[in-house]
Parts: sequence; structure tokens; C-alpha cells
Amino acid sequence: MTVDAEYKRRTVLKAGGAAAVTAALTAASTPTAEAAADTSTVDITLKVNGQEHRLSVEPRVTLLDALRERLDLTGTKKGCDRGECGACTVLVDNRRIKSCLTLAVMRQNHAITTIEGLAAGDKMHPLQSAFIRHDAFQCGGCTPGQIMSGVACIEEGHTGSADEIREWMSGNLCRCACYANIVTAVQDAAKELGR
Amino acid sequence: MKAFDYASPGTVAEAVRLVGERPGAGFIAGGTDLLNLMKDGARAHDRIVDINALPLADVVQANGVIRIGALARMADVATHPAVRRALPVVSQALLASASPQVRNMAAIGGNLLQRTRCGYFRDAGSPCNKRVPGSGCPAIDGQNRGHAVLGGSDDCIAVHPSDFAVALLALDAVVVTRGPSGSRRIPIGDFHLLPGTTPDRENVLAHGELIVAVEVPVTPMAAKSAYLKLRDRTTFEFAVVAVAAALDLRGPVVRDVRLTFGGIATKPWRSPEAEAALRGKAITDATLAAAGRALVSGAVARQQNAFKVDLVQRALAGHLRELGGVR
Repeated sequence: MTVDAEYKRRTVLKAGGAAAVTAALTAASTPTAEAAADTSTVDITLKVNGQEHRLSVEPRVTLLDALRERLDLTGTKKGCDRGECGACTVLVDNRRIKSCLTLAVMRQNHAITTIEGLAAGDKMHPLQSAFIRHDAFQCGGCTPGQIMSGVACIEEGHTGSADEIREWMSGNLCRCACYANIVTAVQDAAKELGR
Repeated sequence: MKAFDYASPGTVAEAVRLVGERPGAGFIAGGTDLLNLMKDGARAHDRIVDINALPLADVVQANGVIRIGALARMADVATHPAVRRALPVVSQALLASASPQVRNMAAIGGNLLQRTRCGYFRDAGSPCNKRVPGSGCPAIDGQNRGHAVLGGSDDCIAVHPSDFAVALLALDAVVVTRGPSGSRRIPIGDFHLLPGTTPDRENVLAHGELIVAVEVPVTPMAAKSAYLKLRDRTTFEFAVVAVAAALDLRGPVVRDVRLTFGGIATKPWRSPEAEAALRGKAITDATLAAAGRALVSGAVARQQNAFKVDLVQRALAGHLRELGGVR
């Protein structure tokens, strides 16, 4: 069966969301205090995966939403949007952070790396390969965050033992409970990377 | 999250002015707590002043103190060689907090200002005297397993969530601030407030007053300090009960001791009574039991949190035995 690229899941979701927003705006014809607040945008430049993007955002837009909704980098996932699940983990200046807990406007002049920027051309990062080799995911919802966090965990040198990996990967939850295989994948990639 | 203006000033004076001149303005540093509160509607600002461009991130040891800039990140403070060596309880408390990602983001000034994790406070649909003064406290007769047994009032029994603040309290740290009316130095013990009838006021900062640093005296006792944190899961969780201790032992005798607690009180909690029960005595079952009793003598347990009264005494005893090398 072939799937028409025009009808990806995300395209459909976006179209549905736009319709809902239109309906809501029509219904709310009376200006509220919230609507009356200054909603002016600011022009920012984000450097993501080595590429500079100029965009105009409201200051309240999180880095996560800017990556997903404005730059179409939907590999970074929105799980809890409260810093508890780790699905939105990205690297900023090579340090792992939760992109839902920071504003896009605060991350100008920093080098941001997302899951899309991890591979070297067609060659996957060793941790990406290790996740496949060790079957370290089921639904995949947490996987980009796990991998970004794992890359940093290896770089930080926190892969001395399985227990150490578990502690330093604790900011990333997996509802499918693939933890055992995730730990093995991180351990294996760390070895391959000489850590 | 409601809309707001954004500014990123380059000097402390400008940052203080930008917040001080507008009642609805607030500072942002790491943002790890503030943005959650704003998303949940537990807090709103019409101006956010980003202080990350300010030169406040250094950790420096000089003149008998370690001065930690307010913008130093939890991860950097926890692994700083001077902090690890001279203030182990601070390093341990920070590493027992949050997750690696959050520790890379959260600044230590903001850590002291984080709000309680009481579910009623975080839920904008619930009454809460801390969020909406006078609206009531559902925790008093509600879900209060995580709540305080010390320092509570009829209006609020929410626990202060910071591990770092508990560690600082054991070491006589000082909070250094700059505000619209100048600089001041606030002993950490005077920084946080009991809820009383005004649980919405959690600390002594004035509007527009900015924490610029925390200073921690380097003493022999601080070097012999440790943090114990008991949680519902092994990691990435707030304390059910936490104990910070600093100890000066002469032979078997406790010459001096500092005992501070998290998870059980409405603010970082020091117990001079428990310290007095041990000072000048050896660490034994009897003196540890006396210290534990002194700690909880004023405790008020609720329906679901009575276990903390017992647990904190056992945590105190076990932790001091460990730190003192007394088996």
C-alpha cells in the first residue's frame, strides 16, 4: 500500500487544529483581559542543527513549540509540557535541557541540537543505531528525548555502570517501560564511543 | 500562559528597575518552575525580565566563604570542586534534586524561590490561601500525605520543596540581594517565612529585589556534612523526609552539630532543640532518641502524614550515625 505524502498524520492533525482555532476565535468576539494584553511578537534567530532560522514569535512561546510548530522539527516530542517526562530533551551548547521549560526568545545565540541533527548525513549516531540494535523502544514517543539525553549522558561520563546510567537517565520516562533495553543501548553506545 | 512583554537587560541595576517599576513584572532565570506555574495559571506576569545576560554565574572561594552567583546552575554548583570538598551537603542536596536536564537549567537563586508542589496550589481550579488569599486550604482535611507536620498554620500546611535551601540552612549561608532600595544580606534562616495568616508571602524579598548571590562560610564543620533524602521513588522526586547535618566531633563527643530538615515543614526547618539534645554528648541510641523527640515535640500531624513524625526521627538517627561513623 502506498501512502500519499499529502495525507501524513500530522497534516491532518494540523488542519483539524486550525479549524478548531477558527471556531474558538469566532465564538470569543468580546475582548477579554487576556486578549487585550500586549501580544506583540519579537524577531529572533535560532541556530538549530547548524542552521540559522529567523522567525517572529510571541515571548511566551517555548523553545519546544518553536521547534515543532514553527520550524517543523517535530522529532522533538511534546509529552507532559511540564518538565517531568523528558520527551522534549534537546541539547543547547551541548548540554541537555528540557525544551518545554525554556522560552525560544531566551535561546538566541546558542547552538541547539535536536534529534534531526544527530546523524552525520546518512550515518546514524552510534546511540541511534544502538537503540535499534537493542530494541530500546516500543511506541517511540519518548525515544527522541531518550536518545538526546543518552548522548549527553555518555558525553558527561555517567555510564560507568547500569545503576549510574539509570540515575542519570532518570529525567526521561518511558511509559512502555523499555528501561532495561535503553540502559543496554546507552551502555553499548558508550563503549563504542570509547567512554 | 498569558502574554507578556520580554526584556533582557545587561546590568543588575536595569533588571531591578524593569521589574521594580511594574507591579506585574517578574524575573526569569532558569524558568524551570516559573514557566510551569504560568502554564498552570498559578501565576501570571505582564512583563518577564530575563536575567541570564547578567554576570552572576561564577562560583568563587575567597576570604573564608564560597560565593555562589545566583545564575550558577544547579549542575555546575553540585560538581564544583570547592563545593564538593568544602560543602558536601550542598553538592549532595543538589544532586538529589530534580533531573539532569533540570539541573542544567535551573539557577540557584530561583531554586530558593521555587513554589510548593502542593497539588491544590498548582491547580488553579482549587481554593488555596497561598495562591488566592482567603480562598481556603483544602489540604488541611484533604490530600495531605505530602504536607508539613511542622511550621503549619490553619491557613496553609504546604511543604517548601527546596533541598538546596535545607543544605544552606545547615551551613549558615547568607542570601545577597539587590533591590530598588539597595543591597542587603539576609541570613538564610531569616529568608523564608512561616505561612501564618499570609501564606502567599513565602520570603522577605520586596518586589523588584533580586538575589545576586549566596555566600556559604567555609568551616571545618561544613566539610563534615551530608544530606539524606527519602523519596517515594529512588530518584527524580521531591523529599518525603530529608535531613541535612553538619557535625563537629571531638572523640566520641558532639562538640557542635547542625540539623536541618526538608519534606516535613512549611519552610526549610532548623531544630535548635534537637541540636541542643546532642551537643556535649556522645552519639548513642539514647541521645539520638532525645534529639528526635525534641525535633517533633511541636509536630501537628494530619490524617495522611502522621508517618512523617516517626520517619523523620529514624532518618535523623540513621543519618547522624552514618556521618559520625557510629554504628
